[in-house]
Amino acid sequence: MAPSTVSHGIYGLMAEFDDPSSLVAAAHKTRQQGYRCMDAYSPFPIEELQEAIGAHDTRLPLIVLIGGIAGGLGGYLLQYWASAMAYPINVGGKPFHSWPAFIPITFECTILVAALSAVLGMLALNGLPQPYHPVFNVPRFALASRNRFFLCIEARDPQFRLEDTRRFLETLNPREVTTVAD
Amino acid sequence: MGGDPLGPVAGSAEATGVIAPGHTFSSVTDKISSIVLTRRTPLGWYLGFGAAFALTLLLLVSVTYLVFKGIGIWGNNIPVGWAFEITNFVWWIGIGHAGTLISAILLLLKQTWRTSINRFAEAMTLFAVACAGLFPAIHTGRPWLDYWLLPYPNTMGVWPQFKSPLMWDVFAVSTYATVSLLFWFIGLIPDLATLRDRSQSRTGRMIYGMLAMGWRGSARHWHRYETAYLLLAGLATPLVVSVHTVVSFDFAIAILPGWHTTIFPPYFVAGAIYSGFAMVLTLAIPIRTVYGLEDFITLRHLQNMAKVMLVTGLIVAYGYMSEAFISWYSADKFERFVLFNRVTGPYWWAYAALILCNVAAPQVLWFRRVRTSPLALFVVSLIINTGMWLERFIIIVTSLQRDFLPSSWGVYKPTFWDWSTYIGTIGLFLALLFLFLRFLPMISIFEMRAILPGAKVDEDLGAT
Repeated sequence: MAPSTVSHGIYGLMAEFDDPSSLVAAAHKTRQQGYRCMDAYSPFPIEELQEAIGAHDTRLPLIVLIGGIAGGLGGYLLQYWASAMAYPINVGGKPFHSWPAFIPITFECTILVAALSAVLGMLALNGLPQPYHPVFNVPRFALASRNRFFLCIEARDPQFRLEDTRRFLETLNPREVTTVAD
Repeated sequence: MGGDPLGPVAGSAEATGVIAPGHTFSSVTDKISSIVLTRRTPLGWYLGFGAAFALTLLLLVSVTYLVFKGIGIWGNNIPVGWAFEITNFVWWIGIGHAGTLISAILLLLKQTWRTSINRFAEAMTLFAVACAGLFPAIHTGRPWLDYWLLPYPNTMGVWPQFKSPLMWDVFAVSTYATVSLLFWFIGLIPDLATLRDRSQSRTGRMIYGMLAMGWRGSARHWHRYETAYLLLAGLATPLVVSVHTVVSFDFAIAILPGWHTTIFPPYFVAGAIYSGFAMVLTLAIPIRTVYGLEDFITLRHLQNMAKVMLVTGLIVAYGYMSEAFISWYSADKFERFVLFNRVTGPYWWAYAALILCNVAAPQVLWFRRVRTSPLALFVVSLIINTGMWLERFIIIVTSLQRDFLPSSWGVYKPTFWDWSTYIGTIGLFLALLFLFLRFLPMISIFEMRAILPGAKVDEDLGAT
């Protein structure tokens, strides 16, 4: 790609803001300007920000649903197989396939696998654990987990031109614009 | 409220007293993270941890002796085959329930006051469940064979008996422990990133960095994170109700008078929340004083928890009444005898103390003056903890002690090892809690930032 040769060794440009409102406003403007490859970083979740950068992902609930169904079915079948097929024991004349007695464990297995899918699914979709990421090359980025708000336009965006993009970010009244090394 | 233009915004966290006014993103972050990173560890921490660790050693000695000698060192013997061990198991697991209730149910109900107490309540849950799980595990007599409880293909060709409530317990408690751990850890990730970024030492950066797994606060990540957190809360809510229900099935499914009753599941769940909130108060009141966290764990929190205790205490009292009524109404002479024996038998003093601790004492919580006095609440919470322990003791021991056949009646007396194991788990619980307070943020930093007035996004700003 042509733009990437221009900004070789650069991950993107990062603007720092003081408060969540400025960051959301900046993210809106950046999107209006036509940039798509960007991300925003904040010390707590901001609902408006997710909309502003166009982050929307509906896969996780589906993963959890599938996990829950698999857990429930697996739990039930395990009990059925063990009690009615592999090791049938007559307890007080109760049927080997005593389905009401299998409900508590079926329920627990549903919850267990659904919860594991929620956590592992979230980590997998987020690409975590991730030992290295270029944004950490910016020293002030340590404040993203304290009280500062960052917007990063990535160099892989087709519209990214180092000088133009920097000039654009300066118009958003950031505290500072930094080049992020790759 | 709200009339003063310079005062806190009506309905905000400041206005409702959930956080003291004047805090900013940085002040909240620095105050909570400094406890872990920079502040000198108070002398009290060393003393407390030392005492708790000594009791943990007592637990180790007790368990070692138990494995060496067998469960004959305890006082339980036929007819009282279950005694301290199961009492302690139910007591500990009940205490854990408040943590999940605070973190999951109050999250779904959008109660912002949960924010400053959920982290350590969840930690309390984990440690309580660890103590709880220990009891059935060592009560099997041959704890090194406990893995037989798990369904796995084995050369013996046997499988667990899934019609038994004891098997349901294995699944319920292990699922509960796993989900509580996941919930707690997921909640910690953004705060671990804060500690990684603020730690001055290389070791701190390395360890917190590895645990934070490269969290960078990206909006895309937050989006999925919040979805996962909400889904986990939704899953943990029915789970927490199911766990104590299943625990109560251990008794209710049996045909023993005093156990075989349908009130048990709801009454156990209410009792669990009751004792759990009592334990949260027992821990929160000294912690907020010692670490100077009155700004974050305010009187509003203490009051709300007192109200939850009052309500669940009344449900528990209703449970006692219903038990008494049904035993009379059943016209079953064994059921009637159990009640009579509880009130007038060899354990009458325990029943009297139970009513005093669980029904009479918490009525002082109707008074606002008591609900706003940390010292009074601390005392009430200790009384309720004792009462809830007595409740389980009475349910278990008095029912077993005198059942259908007078020739097989007996009396249970705890031995030194019964007591040492019980007190030892209190030590383990406190030792784990002290380590948690020292090395992890005890209040969720990122959620505290999110409830500050400055966290509100003013969309009009973007229009210009």
